[in-house]
Amino acid sequence: MWRYARYAIPVAIFVAIGGFFYRGLGLNPNDVPSALVGKPMPKFSLPTVTDPDATITSDALQGKVALVNVWGTWCIECRHEHGFLVQLAQAGVPIYGLNLRDDRASAMSWLAQLGNPYVTSGFDPKGVAAVDWGVTGAPETFLIGRDGNVIFKHISPMTPQVWRHDFLPLVEEQCRAGGCEFLAAAGGR
Amino acid sequence: MSRWILVGVLWLAGASAAFAIDQEIAFSDPSMNTRYLSLIREIRCPKCLNESIADSDAPVAADLRREVRRLMGDGKSDDDIKDFLSARYGDFVLYRPRVSETTWALWAGPFVFLVIGGIVFWRIVRSRLGQPLDDEESAA
Repeated sequence: MWRYARYAIPVAIFVAIGGFFYRGLGLNPNDVPSALVGKPMPKFSLPTVTDPDATITSDALQGKVALVNVWGTWCIECRHEHGFLVQLAQAGVPIYGLNLRDDRASAMSWLAQLGNPYVTSGFDPKGVAAVDWGVTGAPETFLIGRDGNVIFKHISPMTPQVWRHDFLPLVEEQCRAGGCEFLAAAGGR
Repeated sequence: MSRWILVGVLWLAGASAAFAIDQEIAFSDPSMNTRYLSLIREIRCPKCLNESIADSDAPVAADLRREVRRLMGDGKSDDDIKDFLSARYGDFVLYRPRVSETTWALWAGPFVFLVIGGIVFWRIVRSRLGQPLDDEESAA
């Protein structure tokens, strides 16, 4: 019996490596874990999209459960998610925009045409704040917790499924202390 | 003389790599420029996965090159710059990951396999030492 045991070694190695590869097939290589999750949201201060003289800073988000959504008019998938963001905003979810590598005129006509789901959008044509936020592209959506920490980051469009499955449970947890009037309208408990 | 021509050609070859992606030389000081070019080869583009930010034309890679130039201009060391980037984009952006509780296996792995291979090799050699040569070798 033990004489043949060593023949099992290559088979075991094959099975182990095959197991890793099989697991790898199901992983999304674009799912880069965010270094910011669990850490305080990065500070920023940007002019807003709609008014170059107005400023939006990270202090505006402090103490709120809110979303930060990275968008740009050059980003096709942003158009895909936009309708759902408008729905969330209508339910009362505070969404702050980070407009990335865009020009102001296009961004304003986009908001006028498709609706504006954002409380405000920061204007970041050079991607300076985006680097601080570890943004790789658009669309990306961050969930900011009541304590000002980044709770979750989602890369790729926000869909009803993503909202229900990934965001809502975390939002409900953040809202346990109350103060999220939007929760019921946005599908939460 | 010919040595200096060679140096000049090699330096220009390095400079042309910088031209290829950003249209201009990052630093007029050649040693800073060399440092810059080798640093951006060690940083992985977070969007395009299998390219360094030196090779990628993704917008985020251009932004990260700009940040690297800015930090180098501020006199930051390579380690400071890597800290800056990995605080934002994770260890993922470092092509040479640091030793940490999640990466120690990666670093120790090759040495573990080397030791295992060495033991196997030693055992095979030792077990054959006592054996007589086979027919062909003893005939020769």
